[in-house]
Amino acid sequence: MSSIEFRKDLFADERDDDLKEIGKPTIRQDILGHVTGRSPYYDDHLFDGLLHLKCLRSPHHHAKIRSIDTGEAERMPGVKRIIKPQDVPHNLNTLLSLINFGRDDEAMLQGNKVSYIGEPVVAVVAETELQARKAVKAVRVEYEVLPHVLDPEEAMKPEAPVVNEVYPNNTFDYHELYDHQKLRFGDTERAFQAADNIVEGRYQLSPIEQAPTETCGAIAAPETNDRYVCYTGTQALFFSLGTTAKLLDMASSRLHFVGGTVGGGFGGKVDSLHEPLAVLGAHLTGQPVKYVFDRQEEMQVGAPRGAERWYIKDGVMNDGQIVARQFTGVFDAGAYSRLSPYAIIKATGHLPGPYTIPNVSSNVYCVYTNRTPATAMRGFGITAVDFSIEAHMDKVATHLGMNPIELRIRNSYRDGDMKAHRRLAKNTALIECCQVAAQKAGVRLSPEFANDSSLKGGGIGSRIEIPETVTDDVGKIGDRRRSNTPIHPFEGAGHKGKVAAGTRGEQVIAAPAQDHEMVIEPGRDGYRGPSNGSGPLPPDETQPSAPMEPQSQPPVVQTPLPATQSPQPPQIAQTPTPAPQPEPYKPDKLFDRGLKRPGASRFISGSRRR
Amino acid sequence: MSKTPVQFSLNGSSKAIFVDGGANLLEVLRRGLGDLTPKYGCGQGTCGTCTVLIDGEPRLSCLTLAETVEGKSVNTVGGLADGADLHPLQNEFMEGFAAQCGYCTPGMLMSAKALLDKNSNPSREEVMEAISGNICRCTGYESIIDAILRAAGQRTGRAV
Amino acid sequence: MTIHNGRGFACINYPIGMNLGGDPSQALVHSTPDGKFKVSLSSIDLGQGMKSVTRQIASETLGVPVGDVYVDTADSDTGPHCMGSFASRGTHRVGNAVIRAATEARKALLEAAAEELEVNASDLDTDGTGNIHVKGAPSRSITVADTAIAAQFKQGRTLSGRGIFLIPPSEADPDTGEMSPVSCFAHAAVIVDVSVDDETGEVEVTGINSAYEVGRALNPKLVEQQLVGGAWMGVSHALYETTEPYYPAREHGPEDFNSYLMPGPAEVVPHNIAVLERPAEDAPFGGKGPGEMCANPLLPAIANGVFDAVGVRCDELPITPEKVLRGIQQNGGAKPQNGLV
Repeated sequence: MSSIEFRKDLFADERDDDLKEIGKPTIRQDILGHVTGRSPYYDDHLFDGLLHLKCLRSPHHHAKIRSIDTGEAERMPGVKRIIKPQDVPHNLNTLLSLINFGRDDEAMLQGNKVSYIGEPVVAVVAETELQARKAVKAVRVEYEVLPHVLDPEEAMKPEAPVVNEVYPNNTFDYHELYDHQKLRFGDTERAFQAADNIVEGRYQLSPIEQAPTETCGAIAAPETNDRYVCYTGTQALFFSLGTTAKLLDMASSRLHFVGGTVGGGFGGKVDSLHEPLAVLGAHLTGQPVKYVFDRQEEMQVGAPRGAERWYIKDGVMNDGQIVARQFTGVFDAGAYSRLSPYAIIKATGHLPGPYTIPNVSSNVYCVYTNRTPATAMRGFGITAVDFSIEAHMDKVATHLGMNPIELRIRNSYRDGDMKAHRRLAKNTALIECCQVAAQKAGVRLSPEFANDSSLKGGGIGSRIEIPETVTDDVGKIGDRRRSNTPIHPFEGAGHKGKVAAGTRGEQVIAAPAQDHEMVIEPGRDGYRGPSNGSGPLPPDETQPSAPMEPQSQPPVVQTPLPATQSPQPPQIAQTPTPAPQPEPYKPDKLFDRGLKRPGASRFISGSRRR
Repeated sequence: MSKTPVQFSLNGSSKAIFVDGGANLLEVLRRGLGDLTPKYGCGQGTCGTCTVLIDGEPRLSCLTLAETVEGKSVNTVGGLADGADLHPLQNEFMEGFAAQCGYCTPGMLMSAKALLDKNSNPSREEVMEAISGNICRCTGYESIIDAILRAAGQRTGRAV
Repeated sequence: MTIHNGRGFACINYPIGMNLGGDPSQALVHSTPDGKFKVSLSSIDLGQGMKSVTRQIASETLGVPVGDVYVDTADSDTGPHCMGSFASRGTHRVGNAVIRAATEARKALLEAAAEELEVNASDLDTDGTGNIHVKGAPSRSITVADTAIAAQFKQGRTLSGRGIFLIPPSEADPDTGEMSPVSCFAHAAVIVDVSVDDETGEVEVTGINSAYEVGRALNPKLVEQQLVGGAWMGVSHALYETTEPYYPAREHGPEDFNSYLMPGPAEVVPHNIAVLERPAEDAPFGGKGPGEMCANPLLPAIANGVFDAVGVRCDELPITPEKVLRGIQQNGGAKPQNGLV
């Protein structure tokens, strides 16, 4: 049996716990619908004359399409329409184009060249699912099989076949400059030389399926007034609507998307594959069309959490201090971009994990291979690198003969510390989590670590400084395809440069409320903590009299601030916070498993169904 | 395509419908009769989401030929509550936070009902066994097991 | 055959939301004529509790009972734009948007009540049970319902609010990787107990002790759901799940739940959780999103536990019996470490 306790004693002075509804175990708004089976998932809407859509999918990793013959399929019973690549009004897209990131690289239906097993080529719309499946089998596609590449490091080599013509080097182009995203902080090369120990590791995570119990799908139908309604299981309603509008070259005002009650997602329902094809089917047939993944498609065609491979090299002193950490990350995007290029950015901003390390470098690559495109999943961009970092920390602890928890606390980031992405840490609580987990498991920490605190020892001395940083220009777009180039930071021929110590751009924080009327009174927001330890931050967002520029500039390092403008040491705790208690915690009373029922109102009963 | 007439009881009321040869019970219940409470999860019989009771036995409606329920009694979660009064299982799932996305809940409730109807005082192991064919991706199962045990305890007056 | 016990530790932080391209969400709040409130979103509830947590946030901000608030999501005709439910952004971004919308609606509510009570709106407060009263004089009060009726039919005033919360874009620098990735982080540390069979290579997780820092547990039961279920998924990822068991080879990919493995009801691991709450300054009532980070620390902790038990480093996930067994054979037998006792 499991248990849960709420350590209200920790950070108590930063919270106002005297709130009326927040913090209460109110039952879920949607629970009555769930237990009566009446919660309206996308498929729980009945339509007369509902048609079913199934896709013909590539049986090859990589093949040119020579011809598509749908003649026999069109004459099959129940078949209403066969949708071919040329029927898609704007048959090229990339998901993140909606936020201006990346180039369109993926067709909704592929007419020229398939690049992974399962890639859709044509879609059949028929009266029953069985008829659609039979007609799919009757479509004749002639392929010319091409050489394929499945390992991402192989795909980066000069001789590898081109997976995705939009990115002919098999790597995503970062900033129109490099074939990877760099992180450079300090000088890892020099620090490795000075380190007592070097610990290296290689880690890998295989693709993982989100496996929600409800598979991905959508139903689209013609609505009155020349519009289309689409019931969908998407995790991102306007992503799906915007993607549909773009692929179908249709005004977004003609699309009415309904969703919001979804049978699990875990990241697998962001790709917006179903909505555009279902709406196109409804547009071409004038009837409601359902397009849903069966479980087999969900497992092998639906985009998984992509595979990642990470190399980590640490320079460690004998006392456990990590003085340098270098990463090389290889994300296997599969055949198309989807969300992978952003995973690399997210992972880079996460390095070197929750630790304060004075020298950090990394190269992270988004690589195209002939496999199912990868997408988001719970922990997107972070799960695999966290696995790698923490498995590596264990190796370091073993190497040094140190208690692995004490090694973490020794290197933990603390309030006010400078992070490798050049922003100050605030609101940290790693040390307290380590201490509480140790207490619960009965692991004894030595007093130095048992009494430590995230609020102590950070933001001082070298911990707050941005060191002089060595840069390099290895890995310009296309270089690697001309000759084999090592993938690790600072390897390979290239020009080295320096960024002055203290160089730092502007921190991006939340845009202020557009109207003073929208700003909650400070006494009612539940927050009582110190106003953060982030140094010279822009003004508090709750002060509308001092608005920041609505679209703040991204940090600019090309025109560095003089080192003399390095930030003032922050004032971390204006009201000193007592350190957490080292003694094992004894809760006054167990968490009350009772719950709060909102009023007897039955209008919440999920009766919107149908 | 030839159609076959099928008559059966759904949640206590008599139904008659013509079904296609090979049609599965799940689609007939959902699209044919409009009972949308059983859900499609895999169509392969490996997830339990579509579980309904046929003559009191938990069955995967996605793998059941609709023709085979002729003359039988089919129960879905749509008929689990007694009017506005929820079944104890529904109450315990609700108050025990035993559902997140809610998609596996109808099948889970029907597997649990089949167990409690036969065994009013199941052990924890018997509950695990009874729902071992039902996949939940959200909860980690413990809250579901606890809710079923509490519902059983409520019926027998046993403290859990 | 020997069963070896081991313990593994891991700790992590987790970024809340995303920085690429800007990260906005919007909310609208309006009142029915009798003073119940509707929150319109286009955000998605996929089980994490979006509807429930925004309902509680709206209730707290408005100062009305939670039963008098209903969250509708998601309809693109009525719900304003939201990026979506991913990146642990829902509670933080949507929650903040709901606070802003509900704050504007609350101000309108208090102004309408002030007109009825002939006092200044700034002298009024809500009691959270459906009444508005003069601060320090609870007897001078009006119900929210009467206020709404007066606003609608007498004063010509709308009790509604708009809210948007945006983290503007922050690009990464090409040469240094400088960026503002997120505004706050959640934290976790876990210690897992595992047992490893040195004959079959099978790994069983026998217990988890954890500490999760979530900013504020806006609803402790929803947090518990996420942490328990997320840790289950972490165990599943570590030991079972993949669509390509011999990655990068594509063969042997599972196509159903008989071959795509996950722990079942009989493999529930006792999990003792401590929740820490260090509120984040820009988060709704301090709450960060616990939904993603809860799974992450389990993966390395289990790998580290396997090393502790038998001395085999499984650096490639998932940790299948085959990998463990090959490692044991390579080492010439199990090599228990007894590192974290």
